[in-house]
Amino acid sequence: MEQGYEEIEHTADWSLRVKGQDLGELFRNAAFGMAGLMGISTENGPLHMYRLELKAEDPEALLVAFLEEILYRVEFTAESVEDINFSSISTNALSAAITYLPVVEVEKAIKAVTFHLLEILESERGFETVIVFDV
Amino acid sequence: MIRKQDLKQISAFRWEIPVSFRKDMRVPVHIFADPELLEAALGDKSIEQAINSATLPGLVGQVLVMPDVHQGYGFPIGGIAASRYPDGIISPGAIGYDINCGVRLLATRIPYEKIEPYLDELADSLYQNCPSGVGVSGHILLSKQELKRVCREGAGWALKHGYASRNDLDRTEETGCLAGADPEAVSERAMQRGRSQLGTLGAGNHFIEVEIVEQVFDEKAAAAMGLRIGQLAVQIHCGSRGFGHQICSDYVREFQEAVRRYNIHLPDRELVCAPLNSVEGERYLAAMNCAANYAFCNRQVLAHYARKAFEEVLTGHVSDWDLYQVYDIAHNMGKLETHVLAGKEVRVCVHRKGATRAFGPGFKGLPDVYRSLGQPVLVPGSMGTASWVLLGTEGSMRQSFGSSCHGAGRVMSRKQAKREVRGSDLRQHLEAEGIHIRAGSMSGLAEEAPRAYKDVDRVIEVVVGAGIAAKVARLKPLVVIKG
Repeated sequence: MEQGYEEIEHTADWSLRVKGQDLGELFRNAAFGMAGLMGISTENGPLHMYRLELKAEDPEALLVAFLEEILYRVEFTAESVEDINFSSISTNALSAAITYLPVVEVEKAIKAVTFHLLEILESERGFETVIVFDV
Repeated sequence: MIRKQDLKQISAFRWEIPVSFRKDMRVPVHIFADPELLEAALGDKSIEQAINSATLPGLVGQVLVMPDVHQGYGFPIGGIAASRYPDGIISPGAIGYDINCGVRLLATRIPYEKIEPYLDELADSLYQNCPSGVGVSGHILLSKQELKRVCREGAGWALKHGYASRNDLDRTEETGCLAGADPEAVSERAMQRGRSQLGTLGAGNHFIEVEIVEQVFDEKAAAAMGLRIGQLAVQIHCGSRGFGHQICSDYVREFQEAVRRYNIHLPDRELVCAPLNSVEGERYLAAMNCAANYAFCNRQVLAHYARKAFEEVLTGHVSDWDLYQVYDIAHNMGKLETHVLAGKEVRVCVHRKGATRAFGPGFKGLPDVYRSLGQPVLVPGSMGTASWVLLGTEGSMRQSFGSSCHGAGRVMSRKQAKREVRGSDLRQHLEAEGIHIRAGSMSGLAEEAPRAYKDVDRVIEVVVGAGIAAKVARLKPLVVIKG
């Protein structure tokens, strides 16, 4: 798992195993893994930036909300994440600067980020989770 | 891990996991399958997901699993669960993100021989007229007010605006409009996403196919549907697009809190639910009905543009190129229905996720032409094999809350399909078999390879053998349009 995420077997949908040394890296890897599944190509040109502030009742709900936001922007405002800098992230809130490039093409659709058996596990090696996307 | 020995065979095509299997189950799980399809179902997490679903409060009867079942998220694809009205639950995850994903079948009077020289041109025209792909916009940009009308009127909006005929609506489940839709229960974000996507196909496993009627098994029913051997038909498979996805996402998130409020304990957060008679449950149902109506209207607008494609290509070559609606039916929906349980009529909310309503003869909601026959059930297969037209039966009313299968069902992961199949090779192979393919993504095409699916004919033999559907016709693809 060189990139911090890997696609794992799922009969109908897409599933990613994601790791990170801290919550920020886990969230960042999840976002890049999701974009990788979708096969997004972007414009060459200047980077743009938006700020994202989210709150949720627990880290799993925060991760779903974070990925949903990025997914929405891919589809609706054609913005593909290039980099994410968290100014703060906790188990129920985050604040981040998202750098993006305009989307040229998205090869494959993700309908939704699911809560299916979603659990963020913490160990000595950091954080790990498995996310299922409805496609 | 569920093993075959954990199951009890209760008839030739029906197997039971009793409530005693796991202490949190509230109802048994019944699986419709033959031994081979049962092995396939036990090969992934489908049955585990069905058992998890059997813990939902207020369920009645059994959680039912169709032979085309495969692993989904929370609730399995190919699952059916009925909850008691009004104090049972409604679960957005047990209906799915693509609310009212469904199938429309249109018949033609065009013999294959007449159209064969134009199939390639027709594939191009359908691909151009019916927008497909990720997040794509359609020919219509709705104002917010107009989108609210679509939410309330469903396919009726399309009739008012010249995209439908009265006959189209008469031959659509619920005449293309569910009552009780309330746009005020829909988020601003969902409204934003819905404005530009009406009349679009989307991506993934959604498709438009031109097919040939290859076999007819019930002459009377096929004649009523306008299906004749050797003539063409068109099938459209899609749903409520980003509008429905957003509504489901919104309510799955909102219901995370609702389950705590109502002290509901579940083995999977994707199964979150709320009582049907709660404020949350009523709001979700009102929003879900909006998405369902959007999807009916979406397939109607796509049918309009499919007709336009036929007109553009066939005018001057074929005298009657029109497309006549056979039926339009959902396979991701939650609906309030009355069923007979233990000899008593009960009002229930039937969750069908990857399962088709299959009401038998005599159902009043059917148009006159089908009332004595039963409701048409449309079962698309994979793009290289076949699709089926079936009828609902008295058996489906007795055994499966008036439900049947919805497709072939996946058996291979998308990851494995991509590993084993190259999209360009598959396209070449299918074209050598006379199937014209137009697809936005070769990798996406590989994921949808026929070998990733179960044998649809085998699935049909199970539902027919179990008595929950009857065969009418088998269709073979000639043109496949995928996003």
